Amino acid sequence: MQPLRTDAFLRSDGRKGIRNYILVAYLVECAHHVAREIAWPHKEQGVQVIGFGGCYPNEYSLKMMQQLCTHPNVGAVLLVSLGCEGFDRRSLAREIEQSGRPVKTLIIQKSGGTGATIASGREWIAETLAGLELTPRAPLYIEDLILGTVCGGSDATSGITANPVIGRCMDQLIASGGVGVFEETGELIGCEDMMAERAETPALAEVLRQSVEKAARYYSVMGHGSFAPGNADGGLTTQEEKSMGAYSKSGSSPISGLVKPGDVPSRSGLYLLDVVPDGEVRFGFPNINDSAEIAELIACGSHIVLFSTGRGSVVGSAISPVIKVCANPETYRNMADDMDIDAGSILEHRGTLKDLGEQLFQCTLDVACGRPSKSEALGHQEFVLGYKSFEPIGPSCFPM
Amino acid sequence: MESSSTDSPHLLLLHEDDNVLVLVQPLRAGDDYTLDGKTYRSALDLGIGHKIARRAIQTGEKVLKYGVPIGSAFTSIRTGDHVHLHNLKSDYLPTYTLDKDHKYAAPSH
Repeated sequence: MQPLRTDAFLRSDGRKGIRNYILVAYLVECAHHVAREIAWPHKEQGVQVIGFGGCYPNEYSLKMMQQLCTHPNVGAVLLVSLGCEGFDRRSLAREIEQSGRPVKTLIIQKSGGTGATIASGREWIAETLAGLELTPRAPLYIEDLILGTVCGGSDATSGITANPVIGRCMDQLIASGGVGVFEETGELIGCEDMMAERAETPALAEVLRQSVEKAARYYSVMGHGSFAPGNADGGLTTQEEKSMGAYSKSGSSPISGLVKPGDVPSRSGLYLLDVVPDGEVRFGFPNINDSAEIAELIACGSHIVLFSTGRGSVVGSAISPVIKVCANPETYRNMADDMDIDAGSILEHRGTLKDLGEQLFQCTLDVACGRPSKSEALGHQEFVLGYKSFEPIGPSCFPM
Repeated sequence: MESSSTDSPHLLLLHEDDNVLVLVQPLRAGDDYTLDGKTYRSALDLGIGHKIARRAIQTGEKVLKYGVPIGSAFTSIRTGDHVHLHNLKSDYLPTYTLDKDHKYAAPSH
């Protein structure tokens, strides 16, 4: 079989990247400004900022940062610490080093403050950029790809056009041996029985059902579902109506497993990402916005994220390109520069679900081969990471 | 995905079991639309995606879209009526909206 490209970035764990970005990662909000200033002059050269704002340590955020900093689209990492925060910077640096990537930690309190740290950070970036030329290359096949999918700014067209279009693309990916990850169990409330029927094993069916029950419980305590007021303006009335639309992003392939943020699927198939924390309700809403969900999909290894929007979201992401599938033809006309796919054309009989599914699949392969997605070309690099707590996944989540 | 033959091009039937249709073209207040040969007049401006009752729906009856329940009617709904927050509620979680002062508002039912 022909590779999609011959020059993907080969990492020591065997995974292949479609980008070779340098991350500047702040380890507490106090180091955010310094990180941003280090990256700014190099933003056109693939230097991006991510980070964790909290000062208290948290296992989830450490695991997320470890997975993001060793993501196949990442070639090198500069960690920026204030010096007194609770984040376990040594574990993170060790993990990155063991992955074979260039890594350096700058501690602002030990580096002479803001100005001196920015200067030494920029110097490291300049040297490291030159060294990235030497990253080993390898052919990339469809089966190397992990695609995540998310919806944001949904309206009633999302579930009719863009989400089923993404479902078609996911089916094509999985039939070709790739990995798909769909998410947000709070947006699957009402779909639990249908979803359980697609599980590869009875034990997994039970796990899928429990994950939605957990989400329903969690949101009941919070008092709000995953339903924003704009959703109702767009014609959606209930959580389960929104859920059904969201669910169609998963396509019709069997469900192979359930993962939690930072778990990378090890064999091809379709996976549900359970984003709702385990245990009692703590730390607030499971995900405070779409960008927090995108970061979790990327931490599960997603090379590209397919983002369905009806109302018109503009976000992209650090690390992995986001492809915008626009559900509403009026929104597309209004915001065409932000949108990769005009899925709302289905409503105006300018395209069919099948055509648009194939168009999206082709667009995904083009982006995998290096063509920037719209949000990527516009410089969007949103990144959000908060506090959560999870139990590790059990054996029924990952049937072999 | 097809519109039933007698309906105006405004309305889309997503699944044959559904008791609602979906607007695929916006309606202005006063615009007419047809359903099973009968003409109805929209009282409101309605954007793409809003739902219209395909047949009469009794109080407590499930509203079906994509062939599955998306909640229950909490008042009786006539054929041709707009189906939204004023007559349909979730069987799981309340739907919050912004009121006219742009404040978060809990459902009234």
